[in-house]
Formats: sequence, structure tokens, C-alpha cells
Amino acid sequence: MNTHRLRRRLLVCAALFTLAAAAPIVGAQTAAPFKIGFILPMTGQSASTGKQEEAAIKLWQAQNGTTVAGRKIEVIVKDDGGVADATRRIAQELVVNDKVDVLAGFGLTPLAFATAPIATQSKTPMVVTAAATSAITEQSPYIVRTSFTLPQVTVPIADWAAKHGIKRVVTFVADYGPGIDAEKFFKSQFLLNGGQVIGEIRTPLRSPDFAPFLQKVADLKPDAVFCFLPSGQGAAFMKQFGERGLDKSGIRLIATGDVTDDDQLDGIGDVALGVVNSHHYSAAHPSPANKKFVAAFEAANKFRPNFMAVAAYDGMRVIYSALAATKGAGGGDALLAAMKGQVFESPRGQVLIDAQTRDIVQDVYIRKVERQNGQLYNVEFDVQKAVKDPAKLK
Amino acid sequence: MADEAPSTSAAASSLRRSARWRVWELAVFAAMSLAWLLLPGQSLLINQIAIVALFAVSLDLILGYAGIVSLGHAAFFGFGAYAAALFAKGTMNDPLAGLAVAVAASAVLGAATSLLILRGTDLTRLMVTLGVASILYELANKLDDITGGADGLQGVVMGPLLTPFGRFAFDLSGRVASAYSLVILALALLVARRLVHSPFGVSLQALRDNRLRASSIGLSVRLRLVAVYTIAAAFAGAAGGLLAQTSGFASLDLFDFHRSAEVLLVLVIGGTGYLYGGVIGAVVFQLLHDVISAWTPQYWNFWLGLFLVVLMIVGRERLVTPWKWFRRGP
Amino acid sequence: MLTLLFDGVAYGMLLFVLAVGLAVTLGLMNFINLAHGAFAMAGGYITVLLMSRAGVPFLVCLPIAFIGTALLGALLERTLYRPMYAKPHLDQVLFSIGLVFMAVTAVDYFVGSMQQNITLPPWLQGRLPIEGVGIGKYRLFIVVLCGLLTVALQFVLARTRFGSRLRASVDDPRVAGGLGLDVSRIFMLTFAVGSGLAGLGGALGAEVLGLDPTFPLKFMIYFLIVVSVGGTTTITGPLLAALLLGIADVAGKYYVPKLGAFIVYSLMIAILVVRPQGLFARR
Repeated sequence: MNTHRLRRRLLVCAALFTLAAAAPIVGAQTAAPFKIGFILPMTGQSASTGKQEEAAIKLWQAQNGTTVAGRKIEVIVKDDGGVADATRRIAQELVVNDKVDVLAGFGLTPLAFATAPIATQSKTPMVVTAAATSAITEQSPYIVRTSFTLPQVTVPIADWAAKHGIKRVVTFVADYGPGIDAEKFFKSQFLLNGGQVIGEIRTPLRSPDFAPFLQKVADLKPDAVFCFLPSGQGAAFMKQFGERGLDKSGIRLIATGDVTDDDQLDGIGDVALGVVNSHHYSAAHPSPANKKFVAAFEAANKFRPNFMAVAAYDGMRVIYSALAATKGAGGGDALLAAMKGQVFESPRGQVLIDAQTRDIVQDVYIRKVERQNGQLYNVEFDVQKAVKDPAKLK
Repeated sequence: MADEAPSTSAAASSLRRSARWRVWELAVFAAMSLAWLLLPGQSLLINQIAIVALFAVSLDLILGYAGIVSLGHAAFFGFGAYAAALFAKGTMNDPLAGLAVAVAASAVLGAATSLLILRGTDLTRLMVTLGVASILYELANKLDDITGGADGLQGVVMGPLLTPFGRFAFDLSGRVASAYSLVILALALLVARRLVHSPFGVSLQALRDNRLRASSIGLSVRLRLVAVYTIAAAFAGAAGGLLAQTSGFASLDLFDFHRSAEVLLVLVIGGTGYLYGGVIGAVVFQLLHDVISAWTPQYWNFWLGLFLVVLMIVGRERLVTPWKWFRRGP
Repeated sequence: MLTLLFDGVAYGMLLFVLAVGLAVTLGLMNFINLAHGAFAMAGGYITVLLMSRAGVPFLVCLPIAFIGTALLGALLERTLYRPMYAKPHLDQVLFSIGLVFMAVTAVDYFVGSMQQNITLPPWLQGRLPIEGVGIGKYRLFIVVLCGLLTVALQFVLARTRFGSRLRASVDDPRVAGGLGLDVSRIFMLTFAVGSGLAGLGGALGAEVLGLDPTFPLKFMIYFLIVVSVGGTTTITGPLLAALLLGIADVAGKYYVPKLGAFIVYSLMIAILVVRPQGLFARR
């Protein structure tokens, strides 16, 4: 190999290295602002989560200012692309280099799991505003959640189904952590109510052709299909469900609200009409607080808010309130104590951060997809109040 | 082994000459040590770069030296990571023991899968390597009692390093972790150096350049391919083990196609066939990534793609000789 | 069970139309084009956008998707691909990966990362109850259309002058050039038609396979399986391979959902190890 060429490469390398090393020195801070490090998936499969949450953060700061108790609030948003070791490295850098006071975000379960030890080690509160697996809050005493847990929203629909004449159900979930969680909790609650789960279908995460699985459903002839799929696949599922004539053969479709995500719902089209589902937030929630929130959000962005946006919005509120409660002093343990037990009205309804479990307690609504003002919305018609995460009750 | 030629002494001295340490090689090792000493705030980045560098060097062994185009090298990376993580969780959490397990496990996997790539064209090898990585991905996903499935394998807490000689625990700032990774990278480079400057290494290059001719002079093609593939897998497994140990968990996306494609790119940026391409490529790639991501996090892949397309059309060798870009000809 | 078989056949035929262009380009130009899926995606998005923004009926969109993608393919072949023919396979692989990344992020930027949905015309929706076996109208449409395309391709290859020129160029480009055939034009036309077919496949598949910016990455391995197992020397090879893949995939998911993807990958590796030239290759 040509030594000449190599020397040149080394020079380029050295130059780039020096530049990179110099950068942080140039960017050093002088004041003592309060820093919030949001780690969100802005790219990759969960990019819509990142988009919604970033918009919600901006909205909150636009409405509530960037100063609390005399301290300036600085929000740092970083993209981890949904890759767990990137999340962990970014979290470490935020804590060690940028010295953030609070970590927040976390679009998927593995990302939150990976970061938990860092929160514990550095005594930094970690506000989870997206991931939905129950066990997350148990990974570190510094974790607080403002999103939801899957069992929390699955149990009410199982109750509703049992009370409304549905006796035999086939569960249809994507074969990954949250899907299996949904299947487990639906089944246990449904059986508790005297129902029967006659089949459990798990579809591979990556493949959107449901033909063989729907064939199985048709063969089993249940009263209803309970479905949980990540937001992109819900539309394909509902369409193929209709295309095979399964809805006409008397099989009802019930689901969790992830399938009728507000972010995508209008694009799904008429196949979604009539799907009964359960979730903790609908953009059509008829409270004055929500109407204001949705109006402001839509004015600032070209899309409507979904449950991820609300979680980030509330996450900001939790952090701001905690900082105000400590009169601007901050400090990991003090902030954490101030976050526990917070009660407030969110655009979704009344919300409580449980002091023991640090998880969110909220109302879960049963909704049906209907057309309002020319667009599709999840219209609430029933509610289960103050639902705690069932996995923690055991 | 190399054939007994009449002028053995001439061959031996030519090998000795090429195996002498060059100034720039020493410079690379010096740069690695200086980086750790002088940039404590960038320890996490250095750790990341060292791991990617080791991964890329392992790919160089099969790509640059033996001519095997693999789109599934992440299979060994992920396998080593999971092996190290499971060992730490289940048996003992000493880092060096775990690393040894990761290396051994990946070597076994490498030896087994090397039998699949012996025959066929470039496309066949591409597909087979891709297939192996995909199967491992699915396996890790399905065996979620062991691997944690899509949630990943959490809670890997490593014990301190070099316990009999002192306790260097992995801390939040990443200094110990990056030192660990750099030392392992250095050791790997030394081993690889011995390998490629040996008769074995030279015979590999003969294989890469013209397989037919190499086998016609009596070199055992299959044995060499199996050997180099196994060694490369062992190195990749070490890189994966380092990642699992320094970050504390292992997840499915270690087997993802994106990782295999990325390490290929890293190696190509640095240059194949002279062993240090992986190190240089890792540095340049990571810096490029951080710079461009800070500017446009959502569309980093676009610029990466554009860079690849331009680089390939212009010619890999021209990366650091810009004045040749506008001249016609080779 | 027959419904399942039929679904598998429909899936297989769709895969064939998507992958046949790749098989021919690989056989003709010895170019490993991993970006083939990007052309399929382009066809899909052309259809979706025309239908939703301009209200163009579905059937009209199909030929437009074909022609549009074919033109795109011809343009790219002339400008970007041509310099790459002589380069080693590694460079070609990285080049096409780079193109895929660019295509994926560009689509994400302009259209967004959500799944795209199309509404089929009413006469294609629903099922035909044929002797107790429900057959989806749309899937039947796919089978018929792809079947016709296959016949047409085989006819062109075997009976027309262009077909024989193509076959000559595949067998030995240098000799073909020496005999006076305009090999580079043949390359361009073939690439264009191959990409056009991929685009058509993408348009047809939007309903069944889903359409989002990551489509090329998700399905790349399937196209490559069809091509490597089917071989690149015939049309029937990839056809049979695609059908095999489609049926194995669908049946596997129904009968042994736990194993699912293993079957496909393991089968592919086994086939390639035993017959590296592909299952159905002539040589």
C-alpha cells in the first residue's frame, strides 16, 4: 500500500479529530440553565413518535414560556433512531457532558431499559413519554412515566367485550414485547369475565401480508377479533379484514387505540369505521382543555396530536411543576420527590402520577371510530376511571 | 502452508521486510493512546469508534485479504454480544472471561458457517451471509426467554476489570470502558498483523487475486477460507462482546442488515487490504455521522447514500486524492 | 386450504413481477442491483399519489406506473449505472445500497413515513365464492395480470428479434457487440423494462404488501432470494422460485407460525449451498 496515500489519510484524520475535540470547548455554557434531555426516535420506524413529541414540546414552551422559578429551561432533543445502544450512549453523553437535569422521551421499550442504569447511577430523573411496557418503571427508582402501559388500556376493552355479548375471541397481535403483553392481559381479563379465547395468533413484526393469519381467523369463527398491531400495520389489517369478508360474516373487530392512532386514522379510510377500541387519549375528547390543546397544536403543525404528543406535553408539565416545587433548586432526588404524586388535568382527562409506582394513573376510554366534520375520529362512549397499571397490582 | 521454493531464504526475507513496523503504523497506535489520554470528555465516542474499528478490521480480513463480499457480518457481531451478555448475567461477570467466551462462541459460529460460503458466485455468498444474519435475528427474536426478544437483554452488570491487579470498574464517564476497548483493539491489530505478514496471510492474498491460479499451485483453498472466516468471526465477536459489556445490554438490532452495510461502508472509506482501513474508516465515519447528524438528524441517511454513490462512481481509491477527480482515466 | 394455495400463488406471482427485472439485469449485465426495490417503491408511490391527489382511476395508474418507472430506470441507467458496470461487485453493492438510502430518505422527506393506502375500485374488492373456496377478486386480478405478463415476456424473449438479441447479449456481450448488436442500447432497454415491471409490481403490491419508505429494504431479501434460487438464465426459473417462495411463506405462516421466516431463509441457504447457480439454472 502506498505510504504517501496513507500519510494523507492520516493527516485528514488528525485534522477531523482535532476539529471534533475542539467543538465542545467552543460550545461551553456560562449560565446555569435547567436542561432537559429528550431522546426521541426522529428517524427510523418510530419517526412519527419523535415528530409528534417534538411538536408537543414546542407547543408547551410556546404556551408556558422558557423560564421557571427564575431558571432558564433548555430542551435538548436528540435522535437515537430507535437503536438502543445509541440511546444509551446519547443518554450518557447528555448526563456526563451536557449535565442535563432530567432525561425524557424513550420511544420504545428497549431504549428505556437500556437507559435505566444511567438514570440510577447519575441520580437523574427519567420521564418516559412514549414506551408502554409495564416493567419499565421498575428498572430504576428514578423513572416516572407520563405515557401509558399496554395492560392499562387492554384490560378495559376486555371488560367491555365481555359485558357486550362477545363470548369467543381470537387474539391477533404482532409477535414482539408489547404485542405479547397485550395478548396476555386481554386473555387473563377476558377469562376472568367468563369469556373464552379460542385462538391466539401472533404475526411476525415485519410482514404486512396477513392472508394466512386471516384465513386462520376465518376458520376459527369467533365472535370477535382482538387486535394489537404497531401503528403502521393497522390499516393493512383492517383493509384485508374487510376484503376477506370477515366483517360481513359477523366477526367484530376490537382493538387497542394503537391501531386507530390519531396520527394515521384519517388516512386509513372508511375501513376503520365502527372499530371499537380502548385508549387513554383521543383527539376528539370533548373537554375544553383538550379542545384548546388540539386547536393550538393543529395551528402550529399540519397534523393533529396523538397520544404520544399528549404524553410529551404532560411530561413537560410534570418537569416544570417539579422544578417550581423545588423553587428552582432542582437536584435529582428533590425533583423526583416533587414529580411523585402530581395530580393535574391533562388534555386527555384527569391524571395522577402514582407516588409508589411512579407510573401514570388515568382514565381509559372505550371509543368507536366515526366521522366528524369530514374526518375520522375516535369518539368516546364509555370510560373506566383512574385505571392503574394492572401488572403492578398483582 | 507455503510451498517449499528453492529460494526459501529470499521468500522469508521478503516477508520479514514487509512485516517490519512502518512509521505510520506506530503513529496509529500512538494516536489511539493519545486520544484516550487527552480527550477524557470524548471517552464514550472513543469507545464507540474502537468497537466499530475492531468490527471493520475483522471484515477487512475476509474482504480485503480473502475477497469474500459479506452482507451479513453482523451475525458474528451480534452473536458475540449476546454470548458475552448471557455469560455475564448467568455465569460470572468478569469482563475478560466474558470476552473470551464471546470470541470462542463467534469462532465456532464462523467455522460452521464458513462451510456455506465455499461454493458459488459473489451473489450466492451475499445471499448466504445475508441469510445467516437474518436467521440469527429471527432466532434471537423467537428465543425470547433467553435473549429477551425484541426488548433486548437487559441488566448486564459487569464486574471490575483485572480484579487480581486492581479494581477498574466501568463508570459513567466511560474512561475505563474506552481504555478497555482500545487495548483490545490494539491487541487484535497486533494479532492480525502477525497473521497477514505470515505465509498464511500472503497465500490469502493470492487466493483473493486469482482463486483458480492459487489452487493450481497447490494451495488448499477451502482450508484457508475456513480458517480466515473463523478468525474474522472471532474478531467480530470480540467487538460485539465489547459493545455488550460497555453498554450493559444486547439487542436484536445488532443483527440488523443496517449494521452489516455500515461496517462495509466504514471499511471501504478507510480502504481495504492494508489492515488499518477499519480504524481510519471508523474515525472518519463516526465524525462524519456526528457532524451531519447534528445538522440534519432526520436525513443523515440521505447524505450517507449520496456519499456512497459518489464515492463508488468516482472510485474508492480516489477518496483522499481530490485532484484526480477531474482528470479522466484510471 | 385451496384459498391458502391461491393466496400463495398470488403472492408468488407478485414477487415474480417485482423480481424478474432484477434477474434479467443480473444475468445480462452481471450487476448486483440492490436498489431494484427502490424502483418498485417508485411505481407504488406514483400510483398512490396519482390516485389520491389527482383522482386517476386505478387501472389507468398501472400503465403510468410502468412507463414512469421505466423512464426513470432508463435515465438512471444512462447516467449513474453505466460507469459502474466494469467495477467489482463490492462497489456495485455499495453503490446500490447508497441509492436505496437516498431513495428511502427522499420519499420520507417528500411524502412522509406513514404507510400509504389506496382504495381499490369496487369491482376489485371483495371475494368470489367459487365452490366454497373464497377467492379474493384482487388477488385473482393479480394472478391473471402477472400470468399474462409472464406469457408476454416469454414470447418476447423466444419469438421476437429483440428477444434473440437480448439472449445473445446475455450469453456473450463481447461477441454480440462484435456481431454488430448495439449492446448498450439493449442494456438500457432491458434495464428500463425491468425497472418498469418492478414499478408495476410495486403498484400492484401496494394493497397486499403495504407501501412505505422502507419498502426497498424490507423486500430486498425476497427479490434476491427469487433471483438467486431461480437463476438468471431463464424466465421460468425465477417464476418457479417466486411461486415456491410465495407458497412456502404463506403455508409456513399458517401451519407453523412459530417458525415462519426460518423456513424461507434456511431453505434458501440449503438450496444455494447445494446448487450455487440456482435451482432452475440451465447451466
